[in-house]
Amino acid sequence: MTAEILDWTRGGAGIAYQTCASCGAVWYFQRGFCPVCGDGNPVTRQASGAGTVYARTSVARAPTEELRAHAPYLIVLVDADEGFRLMAHGDPTLEIGDWVRARFIDLAGRKIPYFEPADGRR
Amino acid sequence: MSWITGVGLTAYGKHPGRGTLDLMSDAAAAALADAQLERAEVDGLVCGYSTTMPHLMLATVFAEHFGLKPTYAHAIQVGGATGFAMAMLAHHLTESGVARNILVVAGENRLTGQSRDSAIQTLAQVGHPAYEVPLGATIPAYYGLVASRYIHEYGHREADLAELAVLMRRHASLHSGAQYREPITVETVLGSKSIASPLKLLDCCPVSDGGAAFVVSRDRSNDFAVRIIGTGQAHTHQHVSAAASLTQFGAASSAARAQEAAGVAIGDIDYAAIYDSFTITLTILLEEIGLAARGAAGRLAAEGHFNHDGKLPLNTHGGLLSYGHCGVGGAMAHLVETHLQLTGRAGKRQARNVRRALLHGDGGVLSSHVSLVVERAA
Repeated sequence: MTAEILDWTRGGAGIAYQTCASCGAVWYFQRGFCPVCGDGNPVTRQASGAGTVYARTSVARAPTEELRAHAPYLIVLVDADEGFRLMAHGDPTLEIGDWVRARFIDLAGRKIPYFEPADGRR
Repeated sequence: MSWITGVGLTAYGKHPGRGTLDLMSDAAAAALADAQLERAEVDGLVCGYSTTMPHLMLATVFAEHFGLKPTYAHAIQVGGATGFAMAMLAHHLTESGVARNILVVAGENRLTGQSRDSAIQTLAQVGHPAYEVPLGATIPAYYGLVASRYIHEYGHREADLAELAVLMRRHASLHSGAQYREPITVETVLGSKSIASPLKLLDCCPVSDGGAAFVVSRDRSNDFAVRIIGTGQAHTHQHVSAAASLTQFGAASSAARAQEAAGVAIGDIDYAAIYDSFTITLTILLEEIGLAARGAAGRLAAEGHFNHDGKLPLNTHGGLLSYGHCGVGGAMAHLVETHLQLTGRAGKRQARNVRRALLHGDGGVLSSHVSLVVERAA
């Protein structure tokens, strides 16, 4: 039996991604086929939560009243070690190129990935 | 080849009490008068969308309201690229004989027709509903991410971005229809409040009410001799998380297609109308298209290169950053200004010897690109 894959977009404390057994593509947004070759049997996998910061922005102007209480917050794009990119929140000190690892926090009633500096930070 | 036979543009800013159809009508009437065409001569109609008046059939609603009975009509949507995409469509429709005179029109009371929060939330929906929007991401945040990576790669300073905001304001100061005309300095931009780092308030275009229209025709209807000679598009992703790179987008390939279709090189361009939703947008588009070297857009702006009397006049009406941004009409104002420049009607803003222009718009997060090459016939 395989362990259940945790996916923060479905309430779990984990990051899921998909791979294609046919062409080797790796991607983040889940779907029932490979967006590169069209193969109909993508494999959903659990990411380690480790990666590198690709881009960062500190959001001062939040879109809703609920989120206003959290502002400013850091939004990051992280290149996951597994080869896909994801958007998440992160520690305000993070800079581009930093090695990071995800934990999960509650934001406006849902679990979201939050990246913190990992050992070996550049 | 097709002719842009007339243009119409309202002032941008606040038009309290005026709705989408009112602003569209104002612009459309101005464009028809400019083209010296009657309603009955318009057989094609292309519209975009309005966030304050979402409708399944905006073109037909407008046709009924304005009094048109076109034989071809519909709306399209490509975010900020919609205006130039409509021009491209109208160009090909007239070329292929589907219609003779196509009215392209947009208008929206985006500023006074809804709350600021509502506008911000509607626009944030270009983000992914499951993977991005729940994180409290906004349009400035998506562009803040892009900016962080782009300046990391190419070494821009925040002051370099600010130079483009200063430039657009300088241009807007010469246009009575612009939303913001009070001159600003690099220091004003750098000192404005943070929105999504490194972007500050004055790095972001405002939200505006306004309307814009133009007529694309198979034959000339007046003395104006402005024609569309090349078009191109490129669509590389929708969501910033799914973009292959934040330093190379579809702008270069889109512009290259338009130039190839027109049979011109980048050096033949003497006026530029480039989408400027944020200072980083304008920076990236100028540099990727090849109108500025990587890292050089801000310096060129500071040196006067993009002034109306400079080497390559750019968005001489003030662009989205200072003329204003009412949605689909936003970039259409760039085309209207281009037409005024090419026909010698830009008044105090008139550039010298403008013959050939490159227009470029993007929608989403540098996701959808549309380029046009427009020239004044000899």
